[in-house]
Amino acid sequence: MTRRTRKPSRRAVLAGLGASLGAGAAASFLPARIAIGQPAKIKLGLMLPYTGTYAALGKNIDEALRLAIAEAGGKLGGREVEYVVLDDESEPAKGAENANKLVARDKVDFLIGTVHSGVAMAMVKVATDNDTMLLIPNAGVDAATGAACAPNIFRTSFSNWQPGFAMGKVAAARGQKRALAVSWDYAAGHESINGFKEGFASGGGKVETELVLPFPQVEFQAILTQIAAIKPEVVYTFFAGGGAVKFVKDYAAAGLKATVPLVGAGFLTDGTLEAQGEAAQGLETTLHYADGLDLPKDKSFRAAFRKAAGRDADVYAVQGYDTGQLLAAGLAAVKGDTGARQALVAAMEKAEIDSPRGKFTLSKAHNPVQDLYLRRVERLENKVVSVAVKALADPARGCKMA
Amino acid sequence: MDTGLVFFLIQVLNGVQLGLLLFLVASGLTLIFGIMGIINLAHGSFYMLGAYLAFSLAELCGSFWLSLLIAVPLTVLIGLALEAALFRLLYTRDHLYQVLLTYGLILVFEELRSLIFGDDVHGVAVPGFLEASIPLTDTLSYPVYRLFMSAVCLAIAGGLALLIRRTRLGMTIRAGAVNREMVQSLGIDIGLVYRFVFALGVALAAFAGMIAAPVASVFPGMGNQILIVSFVVVVIGGIGSIKGAFLGALLIGLADTFGQVYAPAIAGMTVYVLMAAVLLWRPAGLFGRAGS
Repeated sequence: MTRRTRKPSRRAVLAGLGASLGAGAAASFLPARIAIGQPAKIKLGLMLPYTGTYAALGKNIDEALRLAIAEAGGKLGGREVEYVVLDDESEPAKGAENANKLVARDKVDFLIGTVHSGVAMAMVKVATDNDTMLLIPNAGVDAATGAACAPNIFRTSFSNWQPGFAMGKVAAARGQKRALAVSWDYAAGHESINGFKEGFASGGGKVETELVLPFPQVEFQAILTQIAAIKPEVVYTFFAGGGAVKFVKDYAAAGLKATVPLVGAGFLTDGTLEAQGEAAQGLETTLHYADGLDLPKDKSFRAAFRKAAGRDADVYAVQGYDTGQLLAAGLAAVKGDTGARQALVAAMEKAEIDSPRGKFTLSKAHNPVQDLYLRRVERLENKVVSVAVKALADPARGCKMA
Repeated sequence: MDTGLVFFLIQVLNGVQLGLLLFLVASGLTLIFGIMGIINLAHGSFYMLGAYLAFSLAELCGSFWLSLLIAVPLTVLIGLALEAALFRLLYTRDHLYQVLLTYGLILVFEELRSLIFGDDVHGVAVPGFLEASIPLTDTLSYPVYRLFMSAVCLAIAGGLALLIRRTRLGMTIRAGAVNREMVQSLGIDIGLVYRFVFALGVALAAFAGMIAAPVASVFPGMGNQILIVSFVVVVIGGIGSIKGAFLGALLIGLADTFGQVYAPAIAGMTVYVLMAAVLLWRPAGLFGRAGS
């Protein structure tokens, strides 16, 4: 039995093709926005880690940023805001691809992100290639406001060098001369250690040994045994997240806490105190934020964040919040005209941010010039002890703007 | 006593302790891989599952031991459920299907973990009487809990060896690995054996996560690191061999530790270099069956 399927006639095919082409052409004349008379929304492309190790940080930055914009009336420079959210999974290999999605496909006005320095550098490249405004709410990689600095790139967090340098100054002021540094073998670790070396050298001290292990390995026993054999006067370390919890606990369990003082960049004890428990008590770190800052802006921000997000604010939330404030300041100055690039950049450069960490301005390389606090762990807080270095600016080595 | 020698011996101790914990995780993997022929990429997720269970149950009932007592049967049940629902479909399939399914499981587990437990880093307190540290030198002490962990791993290694070599069940498992059809035609329900082996594998990985939780930290993605090293251990030791997994794990533990001390620049590679060297010498692994 043969089945005769009726093939459509040539005429029918051509008619159908013509009709669909015509409809497509007609549709392209429809305005993208039916609402007439309203200015287009400002598109903010949030590229942050919403899953993986840094998910908690990404979410805090996101919510604090939205809080800042909500406090500014929900509008930037008089225009409504549209968020395009992308999970970068802290995956450097996909960084460029993800950033391009936001810039080329979604055509965001501002690219905002991220936590992981490797991903951030990919974003820096994409932003430079496309001349898109980039705001970095965390990644501390020195190069972003150093060798790769650009007028369209701003950072509201810190450079890896800053907390290291501050702690180096503190150790030098104490008369310590022999130090040992420990971290992961990646950019953030090296930059933090180099900052410490510089600060420490100001008092004539020397970092005699640098122990690094591959990222993100967390087996520290071998290194702890080495530290015990070398017996330095002070150990400086840079770890964050799961690694920080484990290192502090292992350090205490190996009995080193009592015999060899441990200091570090603030991330060692930020967001990790509950997990670290007794092992972290009394640890000193330096960071551009602390608990117990007697600033009205800090108190109001913490209350507002707690209300909005249902959990306590941390340094990442502060950074996200300040990114929102910087955006608001810049766009208010140009009355929402994202096309007025030079005026926008100039306004942002001159902005003085009333941050929960204290007021700060931006250096010529667009990195915060801020106070670095010395903190000590008391129960579940990093209580501020003193200002380790006032108004510290990153040297922005290699930056053509500085 | 010569300080150099003391620290060398301490590093050996570090390496052995690391190796023993690796063995605990890898033993489950080699059982599932060798006996059932299934490549289980989700093995690291079971390790993570154990750690998170230990954390949440310890918070709930306040006692680490109690949480272990509840968590172990719980993971066995979860293992059985997974086997019945998903893994049973894979027995006769190509390895590629297994990789696809278990990779999907990793993603599902990660999301579930994020939904149920959140993304923060957590710690589990070392149970009271094991909190002490034994001073080894004037600057360094060794945590008693790590010694306890090593002892537990050794005990389990012994138990597994006994099970596989000396019991009827072990004999059936070994036979089923060599020739599944023959065992079935002898009237033994091979499906039941597989169910048991799978549950055992899951429980071993989860238990490793549980007892390691006080010295590791509980954080997102913790399963992935240990998964890769476990596969290296299994490959070095020979697929399906518990003895091989034991030796392989110890080798890896020592290589990793001494690699960090003497060659920190290439420390990340030592494990893989070791694997390449072993495979060049013995392509089926140290105790693997050639051609299986």
